[in-house]
Parts: sequence; structure tokens; C-alpha cells
Amino acid sequence: MAAARPRQRPGRAALTPRQRRDLWLGLAFVSPWLVGFLVFTVYPVLASLFFSFTDYNVVSAPRWIGTRNYADLFSDPLFGKTLYNTLYLALLGIPFSLLVSLLIAMLLNQRVRFQGVFRTLYFLPSVVPAVAAALLWRWFLNPDYGPVNEFLWQFGINGPGWLADPAWSKPALILAGLWGVGGSMVIYLAGLQNVPVALYEAADLDGAGSWQRFRYVTLPMLSPVILFNLIMGIITSFQAFTNIYIMTGGGPSNSTLVYALYLYQNAFQFFRMGYASAMAWVLLVITTAALALVFRTSGWVYYEARE
Amino acid sequence: MTRAIRPWRSALTYLVLVVGALFFLTPFAWMISTSLKTDAQVFAIPPEWLPTPAMWSNYLRLMTEIPFLRYLGNTVFVTLTSVAFYLASSAVVAYGFSRIRWPGREALFYCLLATMVLPPQVTLIPQFVLFQKLGWVGTFLPLIVPALTGSAFAVFLLRQFYSAIPSDISDSARIDGANEWQIFSRIVLPLSRPALATASLFIFIWTWTDFLNPLIYLTDDRLYTLAIGLQQLASTRAAAWPLLMAGSLLMSLPVVVLFFFAQKTFIAGVSTAAVKG
Repeated sequence: MAAARPRQRPGRAALTPRQRRDLWLGLAFVSPWLVGFLVFTVYPVLASLFFSFTDYNVVSAPRWIGTRNYADLFSDPLFGKTLYNTLYLALLGIPFSLLVSLLIAMLLNQRVRFQGVFRTLYFLPSVVPAVAAALLWRWFLNPDYGPVNEFLWQFGINGPGWLADPAWSKPALILAGLWGVGGSMVIYLAGLQNVPVALYEAADLDGAGSWQRFRYVTLPMLSPVILFNLIMGIITSFQAFTNIYIMTGGGPSNSTLVYALYLYQNAFQFFRMGYASAMAWVLLVITTAALALVFRTSGWVYYEARE
Repeated sequence: MTRAIRPWRSALTYLVLVVGALFFLTPFAWMISTSLKTDAQVFAIPPEWLPTPAMWSNYLRLMTEIPFLRYLGNTVFVTLTSVAFYLASSAVVAYGFSRIRWPGREALFYCLLATMVLPPQVTLIPQFVLFQKLGWVGTFLPLIVPALTGSAFAVFLLRQFYSAIPSDISDSARIDGANEWQIFSRIVLPLSRPALATASLFIFIWTWTDFLNPLIYLTDDRLYTLAIGLQQLASTRAAAWPLLMAGSLLMSLPVVVLFFFAQKTFIAGVSTAAVKG
């Protein structure tokens, strides 16, 4: 009886010599990542949770202040403004870019000439470095000397101040962001090319029109890809930083002060590391909640039976 | 598709595609045009699209008025080192996650996947404090040392590829007395060149264009990368648009050229991540 017991217990004792050897081998191969995971992910995640309950300016040791950073966050008018700006850009920007990239992908998926040329043209801006793209758009949307307002002027329209006008700065950012939809367009295109032709033929036999083909064949088959682009959109829009830092720096009148930018300012300009850590944890909670909501309501996504 | 596209619809398709292409191309044209203007021509109303004479000398001014070549050298150094480090470590790690079976492997792999969606802001501050304590802030070390621990994306990509290599190959090598490292370095790695190429392409572009990390860690102007150098120029000389556009153009050039040469690899990489993810 006593001899049989260890065999039933899970854990190291139950491993054969071969399995034990493989365990050590496997761990040895993944060890570079494992060290990085512990040092650059696990420790920082726990440390930032700790910092979020302290007053910390890097120079002197962190001082425990309980939940005061969190309480301060919710009474900080700039934090509220930041949340509003971030949600505005996400709720308007994500659906807009999802629709535009889907539309382009569907047009390109038809039998068009120069398909490859068009695909390259549309995709190209998405590989331009964010710094270069942001500088370019800042200058392109210049209200006085830029070509956009000059173009509008041809039609007798007095163009808006774009990035310089608090009422137009957020739409201007969305417009500039549209320049980089090539990435999600290419993903849609790959998804569209995976739709079996037989499904369209069957739909034709049933006398389906264009709208019905789209609604009952394309859309369900494409839904996993739409979900993927939606998730990537949520993740990137909550973390948007570089383009806004360079295009507006958060202005004018804080109209483009977004979450990641305010967090950066608190941490690296005001050295309020505790406060910024609290912001980081609120961001983690918001992102997780948003993704959970998307997955919970993802009943519209159609998965093919996998072999 | 078997159906013929009706003519008016086809015309509409081309119209939308061409108008769209103009929207995507005009900013490029504006970038090139501005880079060839004098500092005064920039403020002409209406804007000139074809500046005469074309100021090719702006590209030379970039080298003399700001330390552009040094920024370029720094960027090349950081990028190539990062690519080498990321690739070497990810190739080894992916092997441990695919070609060897061991208890706990799947659980750790889920941890790796989770790090891909973790907002970087959550780890940013303690990492900064850590590097500060090590005395690494103001050096290249915070930008390149973490690369030695692998990139989650590259590990994911390589693991997919390794898993598709038949296990018979490893088994027969084992019978011939090869150890696991030899199987990795002499058999699996040489077979994985396409996946390694895709991974290095993406890592190259990420590190070449990275802004946040150099912004936080590079405090000395002599170590600036192109991204930080251009931002610095933009904030100190607000009206230097010809120089800024020339610099942006040069910074984009390697990425754009790389994209043209490796378009298929690139697009396949983007779509694999989506379809398998």
C-alpha cells in the first residue's frame, strides 16, 4: 500500500526518468523567455500594483498611502477628460476604420485589374514609421498652409483648424488614423479569399441578390476576422500614444489628451509614479473588461467546425 | 466567382478605388514635395506641389544642421542588435514550446500568449525603476537587453512553424545519437528559414520605428535614434518643415524598400497572426 501511494500523487514523484529529463530539457530551452517573463513581466506587474498604493517619485522610497491614488484619480478632472477623449476616439475610430478597411478589402476582392498595385498602395502607409506619419499629418492638416484646406477652399469651403481646433482635433486624429487601415484591410482580404466559392454558387442557385450574398455568406464567414480586428482595434486605441504625442501633445485645451499620454506625463514629466501606476492598473481593468464584454457578446461570430 | 460584374458596378468600383488610392498617395506626394522646398516656399499660398528649383540640398542640410548620420547609426545599431537578440532567443524558446513534451508546457505557453495583450503601461514604470537602479537609463542597454529574452510574437510564429516539421526527423536523429541541441541547431533551425525571415522582418520594423522606449531611456542627445531625433527637431524648430519631411522620408525609406522586396512574406505574416490567433 505504502509503495503504491506515490504513483497516485501527481507531481514530480510521478514522472518517469524520461519525463523528468524532458522537463529539464524543455525548461532549459524556454529559460531565456522564463527569465524575461519573471523579470520584465511578473515582477513589474506586481511592483506596479504595489506602487499604485504609494506616493513615489523615484528619488525617495515609495511611501504607503493606501487607496488615495485611486480616490484622487476619480476626482481628477483631467483624468475624466482623458477617459472621455480615449472613449471618443475608440467608439468613433474603431467602427469607422473597421468599415472602411472592410469596404476596401471587398472592392479589391472583386475581379479588378491592377489588384496587386492597389493592394500595395493601400497597405503602404501602414508600414510608415509612426513618427514620420505623425509629422506628415501635422503638416498635411496645417489649417493655413496645408493642402487639405487649400483643396476645400477650391469649393468655397473655409476649412476647419483641424489639429489646432479643440472641436476638430479628435476627428482629425481619426482621419489621420484612417491612413493606416492597410493592416486590417490585408487581414480582411485574406479572410475573404478563404471563403469557399461553392458557398457563393449555392447562394446564386437559391437566387440570392448581392445584399443577401453579403449578409448570409460573406459576413458570417468573415466574422472571426472581424472579431480579431475589433480586438486589435480596442487594444491599440487604449494604448495610442506616439501619433498623438507628436501631432498634438494632448492639446489644444487637452482635447486630445488620451489615457496613455496622461499616464506618460504623470510618470515621466511629473514623476508621480504611484499615481501613474494606479492609472496603469485602471487601464488593465478597463481593457480586460472591454475584451470580456466583446467575447461575451461574440455570439455573432460564426466558427466553422474544425477537424 | 462565376458571375459577370455589371458594367456600371465595375465602373463604380474603379472610381472608389482610384479616389481611395489618391487619399492614400497624396500625403506621400506632399511629403516629397515639402522636402524639396525652401523654408520660405513652405508658406506659399496656394501651396506649390512642384517646387522650382527643387532643393535637393535639403538632404545635405539634414546631415550638417542636425547629427542625422549619428541618429541613423544609432538606429541601425539598436535595430540590428535587437533583431539578432530577439531572433536567437525566440528560436531557442520556440523549440522548447514545440519539439519537447514536458509537464506545464501548455500552461506556460498561455502565459506567453497573455503577455501579448497585457498593456505595456502596466510594466513600464517598474521596468524603468529597475533600469534606473541598474544605472542603465541613458544607455542602449534597456532597449537591447530585454531582446535576449525573446519576443512573444516571434515565439508564437516560430512555434507554429516548428510544430509542422514531422517528428520522424527528430526521432531518427536521436537514434543516430544526436542530442536535443544538435537536432535544434542542425535540423530544425535550417528548415525554419521562412519563419525566421518573417519574424525578423516584423521585429526590424518594430524596433526601427519604436518611439516610446527610446523616449524614456535615451536621455543623451548623442544616443538618439531617428524617431527621437526627428521629434527633437520638430519641437525645437517648429517651422523646419522641409528638413522634417526630408528626415521622415529617409527614416521611412528602409521600411518601405523592405516592404516592396518582401511584400508576400509581410502580408502572409499579418494574415497568419489573424487567422491562427
